[in-house]
Amino acid sequence: MIELRGRSERFGERSDWLRRRLASLLASLAAASILLFLVVRLLPGDPANALLSAESTPEQIAAARRLVGSDVPLQQQFLHWLGQLGTLDFGESFISGLDVRAEIASRLAITVPLTLGGFVLALFVAVPVGYLAAARARSWLGVLIGNLSQFGIAIPVFWVGIVLTFVFALRLGWLPAGGFPLDGWSERGEAMRSLLLPVLTIAIVMSASLTRYVRSATLDVIGSDFIRTARAQGASYGRAMWQHGLRNAAAPVISVLGIELATTFIGAVVVEQVFALPGLGSLLVRAIAQHDYQVIQGVLFVSTLVVLCSGFVADLIQRLVDPRLAATRAGHAR
Amino acid sequence: MKPTKSIVRATIALLTGALAFGISAPAFAASTTDATINIGSLYEPQNLDNTGGGGQGVTEALNGNVYESLFKLNDSGKLTNLLAKSYKISADGLTYTITLRSGVKFHSGKALTSDDVKFSLSKVTAADSLSARKSAFTVVSSVATPDANTVVIKLSNRSISLIYNLSYVWILNSAATDFKTKADGTGPYTFGNWVHGSTIKLDRFAGYWGPKAKNKSVVFHYFTDATALNNALLTGAVDVITSVQSPDALASFKGTKFKITNGKSTTKLLLVFNDRVAPFNNVLVRKAVSSAIDDAKLLKSIWGNYGQVIGSMVPPTDPWYINLNKVNPYNVTLAKKLLAKAGLAKGFTFTLDTPNYDPHPAAAAFIKSELAKVGITVNINVITADEWYTRVFKKTDYVATLQEHVNDRDVVWYGNPDFYWGYNNQDVTAWVNQAEQATSAAKQTTLLKKVNRKIAEDAASDWIYLYPQIVVASSKVSGYPLNGLNSQFFAYNIVKK
Repeated sequence: MIELRGRSERFGERSDWLRRRLASLLASLAAASILLFLVVRLLPGDPANALLSAESTPEQIAAARRLVGSDVPLQQQFLHWLGQLGTLDFGESFISGLDVRAEIASRLAITVPLTLGGFVLALFVAVPVGYLAAARARSWLGVLIGNLSQFGIAIPVFWVGIVLTFVFALRLGWLPAGGFPLDGWSERGEAMRSLLLPVLTIAIVMSASLTRYVRSATLDVIGSDFIRTARAQGASYGRAMWQHGLRNAAAPVISVLGIELATTFIGAVVVEQVFALPGLGSLLVRAIAQHDYQVIQGVLFVSTLVVLCSGFVADLIQRLVDPRLAATRAGHAR
Repeated sequence: MKPTKSIVRATIALLTGALAFGISAPAFAASTTDATINIGSLYEPQNLDNTGGGGQGVTEALNGNVYESLFKLNDSGKLTNLLAKSYKISADGLTYTITLRSGVKFHSGKALTSDDVKFSLSKVTAADSLSARKSAFTVVSSVATPDANTVVIKLSNRSISLIYNLSYVWILNSAATDFKTKADGTGPYTFGNWVHGSTIKLDRFAGYWGPKAKNKSVVFHYFTDATALNNALLTGAVDVITSVQSPDALASFKGTKFKITNGKSTTKLLLVFNDRVAPFNNVLVRKAVSSAIDDAKLLKSIWGNYGQVIGSMVPPTDPWYINLNKVNPYNVTLAKKLLAKAGLAKGFTFTLDTPNYDPHPAAAAFIKSELAKVGITVNINVITADEWYTRVFKKTDYVATLQEHVNDRDVVWYGNPDFYWGYNNQDVTAWVNQAEQATSAAKQTTLLKKVNRKIAEDAASDWIYLYPQIVVASSKVSGYPLNGLNSQFFAYNIVKK
């Protein structure tokens, strides 16, 4: 009976937290949508300029402004944007005439696998290597991993991309230097070949920083009282780490993973440029250059959504891994 | 496939298959006429409408390939009939009767008629048209279509450039409604598909009225990074680069696997003075600045042995070209004398609004160091392309700026006192108008040569150099255009071994 009440209390706490966390997610999204509408309009210049040549007449300038809607009052533009958000229909680009939602979806078909591929690969490398670096912290191997990961953090991602292109595409000719197949994912093999170097680029840079986090979190756990107590009670080092260490080390790392994933998603633009991939980042860069408000707003809204959701999922997993968070005020507020 | 499913599948495919996936050589096209030609470019269209701000990229990909005009400006700058079978000009020069070629069909299957020509002209001259050639057609007073094969264009004044200007008017299907994302032309290729941010594919049109394209399809691959574009040619992902913008890259294309060609360009780099405001409202100051800058040295530093110094706005491909390099020669002593004569012996300071993309920042730094030698201080103000349009071009709120002008025959803009550089010479304005109404090409050429010389004598701007037009291609392909005048790139003659 007591046990049942305990479970239901925990369930109540969880659903209460979930409700509040979801409400905060929606509030953040609403605030972000207003903010990004304003920020986009604060950009100096006029989207009409993207359509004009150096020999345009004043009548053509006026026509271009009408075409892109930059002659419409700001409040009217804002109401239009809110209406679009309500239906998740970002409208048409005034410059290219394309349906923004469909265009974002087709770009996500490249950026999402690129980001997730790099992320998962980095995780596969960083977790064992980071653990090893902590477990052998005082040996030459631990020091070497520590230094290498530090070096990896210092390397700019585009430089890694350039080096990989030089070696694997230009010198060895194993993989394409850039681009994506004409028929996209219908040519699955070619599509994967196109993404291998970009994914590797992201994975190399990301695994360097993740290794540092895993190493640091593991070192904290190794030196903790509960591991010492477990060992004193007769548990082997491996068993103590498995039963008590893993969960404790995982909690802070999960939090970092959420941030890293979001940062990589946003930062994929650099890799997309280096490898000429038609992803979300390159769409945004071009849209900003052209002041294509419809596209900029759509892309930024989706990016914000991805960032907020990855934070939410990271929090959720963190609470599942570490139930102590549920009992703390910090845990509620997280 | 729905977008969400596509993303999920793509992710799963990558995560599950990447490690197990073997590396294989890319597929290679077989015979010549079945070949797919891969063209690398930095200029992706903004949309497919050349009267709706499609930009340079839409001309490159579609002009002459998907869309055709009544007349064609070929790669060497010569005008020939295309969809026009023949034309007659009335004795007073005010009526043009054009007979259309028969048997021409749009890709959608509809036959070409005179109504399509009338519609296409009206699209260029419409109130919402953003065509760079719109003002050239203000002289057209009416367009009649007495029968399906005849178009009669009446003018309010003579216009010797009408045929030339018509070579920029794409003949559209009058039944079409979407010109931004779809293309239905009469050219040797149908518009295949456009993966935005990546590629445009054109396929050979089986029902083409003329000689069929010599390749099966053409894919324009778009890059935002010049290095990535060069790598694509080095690895065989593209067969030809339409216009190399970085001479440094040429070193990597040495050897027998690639061919580098140096064609004719119409793009000029200008140091534009605002001729309305001091000190550049003084011709002596403009001439002094022009003589103080070693244009040849700047050209060499940016383009090596490519490109040309022409001393005026007119490139050698225009009929009214004359070499005017001696009018304002590079001569520091002369520059100092001219400054003294203008009462500015101690020099002066001005702000140079410099677009933030190549080659403008490098050119600005060079100009700054050259002008320092005659006591002129240059404050370089780096601006975005957008600010350039808003402040410099529209509001003419600037003292001096750098800009590239890409079109041929654009010396006529010096006849418009309202243009952003504010050059106002009544003789030049009259000559430009008279040239347009000339009764023969010889008279037109004589008048525009006078314009050319006069603007050089007045140093209306400083024409720093004419860009080179460098095409680099795999030695396996041939038949590509070398000059790419006005950004056009005809693909139908390209063959691959």
